Amino acid sequence: MCYSSEQIAIMDSIIARYPRKRSAIMPLLHFVQSISGFVTPEGIETIAEKLELSTAEVTAVSTFYTQYKSEPVGEYHVGICTNTLCAVMGGDAIFDAVSDHLDIANDEMTKDGKVSLERIECNAACDYAPVVMVNWEFFDNQTVQSVKDLVDGARAGNPPAPTRGPKTLRTWKENSAVLAGLSDGLSGEGPSAGGPSLLGLKLSKEGK
Amino acid sequence: MSKISPVLSAHWDEADSFTIEGYKRHGGYNAALKALAMEPDAVIAQIKDSGLRGRGGAGFPTGMKWSFIPQGDGKEHYLVVNADESEPGTCKDMPLLMANPHVLIEGMIIASYAIRANYAFIYIRGEVVHVVRRVQEAIAEAYKAGMLGKNIGGKGFDLELVLHIGAGAYICGEETALLDSLEGFRGQPRLRPPFPAIAGLYARPTVVNNVESIASVPAIIDRGNDWFQGMGTEKSKGFTLYSLSGHVTNPGQIEAPLGITLRELLELAGGVRVGHSLKFWTPGGSSTPLFTAEHLDVPLDYEGVAAAGSMLGTKALQIFDETTCVVRAVLRWTEFYKHESCGKCTPCREGTWWLVQMIRDLEAGKGTPADLDKLIDITNNIAGRSFCALADGAASPIISSIKYFRAEYEAHLTNGGCPFDPAKSTLFATVGQA
Amino acid sequence: MSTEITTDVEMITVVIDGFDVTVPKGTLVIRAAEKLGIQIPRFCDHPLLSPAGACRQCLVDIEINGRAFPKPQASCTIPVENGMIVKTQLTSEVADKAQKGIMELLLINHPLDCPVCDKGGECPLQNQAMSNGREVSRYEGVKRTYEKPTAISSQVLLDRERCVLCARCTRFSEEIAGDPFITLNERGALQQVGIYEKDPFRSYFSGNTVQICPVGALTGASYRFRSRPFDLVSTPSACEHCASGCAMRTDVRRGKTLRRLAGEDAEVNEEWNCDKGRWAFKYISSKERVTTPMVRGADGELHEASWPEALARAAAGLKGKRAGVLVGGRSTIEDSYAYAKFARIALNTNDIDFRARLHSDEEAAFLASIAAQITTTYRDLDKADHVVLVDFEPEDESPIVFLRLYKQVRKRGLKVSTVAPLASRGSQKLGATVLSSLTGLTLTEKSVILVGERAAETIGRFTAVASLASSSGAKVAWIPRRAGEFGALVAGALGNLLPGGRPVSDAAARVDIQTAWGVDALPVKEGKATWEILEAATDGRINAVVVGGVDPLDISAEALGQLLDTSTFVLSLEIAHSAITAIADVVLPVAAVSEKSGSFLNWEGRPRFFEKAITDSLTRSDTRILSALADEMGSPINLPSAKAVARELQAIGKWDGARASAPVVAPLSLPTPDGDHAILNSWRELLDLGTLQAGEENLAGTARPVEAVISAARAARLGVTTGDAITISTGRGSITLPARIGEIEESAIWLPRNSAGSQCIANLGAASGLVVKVAKA
Repeated sequence: MCYSSEQIAIMDSIIARYPRKRSAIMPLLHFVQSISGFVTPEGIETIAEKLELSTAEVTAVSTFYTQYKSEPVGEYHVGICTNTLCAVMGGDAIFDAVSDHLDIANDEMTKDGKVSLERIECNAACDYAPVVMVNWEFFDNQTVQSVKDLVDGARAGNPPAPTRGPKTLRTWKENSAVLAGLSDGLSGEGPSAGGPSLLGLKLSKEGK
Repeated sequence: MSKISPVLSAHWDEADSFTIEGYKRHGGYNAALKALAMEPDAVIAQIKDSGLRGRGGAGFPTGMKWSFIPQGDGKEHYLVVNADESEPGTCKDMPLLMANPHVLIEGMIIASYAIRANYAFIYIRGEVVHVVRRVQEAIAEAYKAGMLGKNIGGKGFDLELVLHIGAGAYICGEETALLDSLEGFRGQPRLRPPFPAIAGLYARPTVVNNVESIASVPAIIDRGNDWFQGMGTEKSKGFTLYSLSGHVTNPGQIEAPLGITLRELLELAGGVRVGHSLKFWTPGGSSTPLFTAEHLDVPLDYEGVAAAGSMLGTKALQIFDETTCVVRAVLRWTEFYKHESCGKCTPCREGTWWLVQMIRDLEAGKGTPADLDKLIDITNNIAGRSFCALADGAASPIISSIKYFRAEYEAHLTNGGCPFDPAKSTLFATVGQA
Repeated sequence: MSTEITTDVEMITVVIDGFDVTVPKGTLVIRAAEKLGIQIPRFCDHPLLSPAGACRQCLVDIEINGRAFPKPQASCTIPVENGMIVKTQLTSEVADKAQKGIMELLLINHPLDCPVCDKGGECPLQNQAMSNGREVSRYEGVKRTYEKPTAISSQVLLDRERCVLCARCTRFSEEIAGDPFITLNERGALQQVGIYEKDPFRSYFSGNTVQICPVGALTGASYRFRSRPFDLVSTPSACEHCASGCAMRTDVRRGKTLRRLAGEDAEVNEEWNCDKGRWAFKYISSKERVTTPMVRGADGELHEASWPEALARAAAGLKGKRAGVLVGGRSTIEDSYAYAKFARIALNTNDIDFRARLHSDEEAAFLASIAAQITTTYRDLDKADHVVLVDFEPEDESPIVFLRLYKQVRKRGLKVSTVAPLASRGSQKLGATVLSSLTGLTLTEKSVILVGERAAETIGRFTAVASLASSSGAKVAWIPRRAGEFGALVAGALGNLLPGGRPVSDAAARVDIQTAWGVDALPVKEGKATWEILEAATDGRINAVVVGGVDPLDISAEALGQLLDTSTFVLSLEIAHSAITAIADVVLPVAAVSEKSGSFLNWEGRPRFFEKAITDSLTRSDTRILSALADEMGSPINLPSAKAVARELQAIGKWDGARASAPVVAPLSLPTPDGDHAILNSWRELLDLGTLQAGEENLAGTARPVEAVISAARAARLGVTTGDAITISTGRGSITLPARIGEIEESAIWLPRNSAGSQCIANLGAASGLVVKVAKA
């Protein structure tokens, strides 16, 4: 296998979190993505060996969940919500415009490997519609122009910061490590809550 | 009296609300210490008596769920918190966890103690990295502060808490699919019985609760049942988070007693966006049958919404004004259910695949009015026939939209396509007008 | 063997479509309905798999004590309850509509390629679409398509677009075989059965998935597009490959076997079999078949001959000679009996042995004293508190025994131990504890010891088994690898035993048989073992040998040479040309299993009858030929048919007199090899170069990789890792194979005994116990 002893040690620490090791399959797949950007054959084979599963069993799990990618995605993976509410609020228009702008379709990547595009489902931020997620960070209340600027910035190497998230947008691989349960120490950055989250609190303070 | 009752969200406007210092400043973790001094059964009894019901959609009494865990069985017990929030329109748990993860951890300490679990999990959806960071750090802080791990607060209770991060599958919000996923399998629902209370995670007695349900527990322990029952309606006690989104002047979260109406909430939120009128809305996410303007005064509690033919669900109030094509809205939801169908059972897997094709044709103006009846018949062959409730959810917007807007479907057919201009529905259109 | 009737189960009465039916508590509604003859349509349901509730085809209306379920329920997942009233499609419009609705949904993406599909004509989807579906589909869209077929192994092909995703195949692989190499992949409408690309569906039991697939999604490569089910003539049969004793079905069209399926026998193989049993039957139609009698001419070559000429030559060659008889372990009990009787009457000798493999005198004593009387059954495995495997690898050597053990391991955590030098893949699946010997093991009367034929390769092992069984009261079973050995033992095809387990040395036992056979006397002296017969052939103590279906390399590297002595007359009864026919003086062609009727005794001693499947075959059984030969020799054995044998065996019955005494042989301590050497161990893997697997390339493609297993310490010493080649050598020769690091005793090395590139006896001159040199290649 091609993983370093440090990487193998991290895998072992992930497995140790759980009372039964098979439970570690999902964080291990995220971890594999943090190394390779997608779920590689080496990843599947290593996880199978570590968890005493067949490679088929690991494949069955990795292909079930949409966040696990069987092919590389961009350094900045742009997910545009086109579920009903966001679509109606502008997600459809944003997707079409950005797809044209980048000349790539759903689930495709720009040739420079910087940006990939995905239609995503509801991301639990409907009060911020239309919502765009880049590497699973929130970009709230987007417009066609704001997302064009976003992807242009990403391709140029200086993407804007997420609305509710760290000060600097992290890469796909870096965020995959967080999803594997590894801390990047950035939890303190960004606001406690965005404006819409505070609607009721604000009204109550206004005596309503 | 104010209609609004910020409890969970009371301090979200503070810059450090998500830290343990910020949480403790307002009495955080006192409820846990109080509960750990009680008998576990007394904690269960109090939550049972409080009338707290599940905030994740089904509204099952939380304390009763806890009481189903067999005691003295010599087996490990588990608490699993469902933070997979993925129902379209639902957006309450993620801001809660971003702004105040400690209230969930405190609730989990209390719940685990009550059900005699020494291992607990939070299953959070994977598409929200910053929320993950906040919860991850909060868990680390709680361990450091002695509120997790061995001998919590010096009270002799041990609890290990593991954050498990999903990877994109709506079905994992279904509790048995969630458990399979947590065990490292494909997230497909399990046969019941056995129910999770008897054989859940690793075939051990397990409670699965929604984030908001568990987060509501510390306040109940801290302030008492009288306080909690002073809010809400007869069978729907307490406060809850209502999430307004869509064509509303000020979308967002409003914590209010159960039983408030959409008319009241819209008033608070500045009404439907300027110059437009309410056309249809969901009371609790896309799986709950649609309502229209005629339902503005339905009390938004479990019984009130059910009596009006829908479900309180997650209190995800998605507001659509008259610029919105209901066929387009329903098609998009149907595509969602097709994408998220786990594939296990025939009616959901094949049915959502077929429904999408039929509704796509209707939206494009292809077909005859008879195709609407066929759509209803096929939908009825799917709803109530599938393994879990996902397909029932898929059927809800279809059946309810045809019930209220049949003419609009037919207009697509006579018009040879959609008569609406999607540009008029967008947020940018609103911005343009303002 | 007793069919147990359990009486302590609570019985429950429910009403289905207006009829009462009483069934044991826990029975599923769908099966309670079957009891009434009410067929509820279904796909995912299978009585031997865990309920899935996935296809939803079996929806029915249910109420319990007046409370109706709000929606129809899957009858394959709901157990009966008191006060339950069930309405199926026959009496409920809701259930009928629900079922028709599901069927319509199942068909929207199903290709209507029935006219070219193997399953057409025997397809549950086709049949139930007719009986429980709508007349026409309302689907107007585009069907899902996939590349087809994809080979998920060399022998199983997958047509994903035909699949209804019932998960029978994946559940079988995981729950029954313990081989989760096929899984449901992807999600929703794209969910599909698949493998991990680099790892094919290499399971010994994969064929069962083809058989239980309710559509034509999984097909066998060898049968695909070969026949229509309604053109086949099916005959109930029994498997000739091992001692598990599977019930089978053989499907023949115009004199040719096209496929074989697992038959149903709840006591034995339930509804499963292994891939060797299912697919290894091409040897019957091999070009190497002996089709006519042959006699060796003055030119030294074999020439075709008429039956009278060949029988006359054979009789002349045997008459008055000091002859021995070697019966391969694949004979039916009838044929073995004919050999046993032929030896005693026509050849006047007890020099007969069915053990055409490594064997020992200690084993013969064990067989005579214990094995011939064994009554252990599969049911005893179901109830056992501990099963101990002794020199026996069930997955390779008796696969249905493996399935039965695995079932209990999964169901109730059955404790399994294995006396073996390493943890094989099968042992790992069984969670077996690996032991180096039986010493110190504590068993109870509910324990079962399963001892294999390879115990003969360790001196003192059979003694240890006999002593442990007698001290603990544990049950014992002897599970030989070949289908015919147990029957041969009972038939008396052994030097120290007459039919029915009668000791040759016991005068009363001999009198029994003399009476049954109507002869005045039987040879008194105990007969020689296989190795002694061969040795005697070289020094002239024996000067004629009758060989029925034996590969000399199964016995030893020298065996063939020992028969080569020109003064020894060799009569070969064979189905195909072999090393023996090449040196035989007379060759008589015999019928293969599907060309005759008869029976095997499986390891339980349970008769496994089979009928002649290829009804127009003119080949003759060994029994018929031996009977004719005995006539020709003037010493008739009067066995014109298998039925005649059955009658005699029935009349003779089991011996109830004194038994031979159990073996007492002290164990030999094995040598301690130095670091460059190891003690050889091997067994035959299920799929290997076995002669009955000849001609079936698709099956051979799923054999396990041929590897040498060594310990991590040895690997480190040699400087090799898994995958690197190592050479194992003896004075006779060498074998070079990729190494695999495994859980094996430090001093041992394990090789496949008879696989491509690893034929231990031929290449190394031994199969176990020998010290071999191991080096990096």
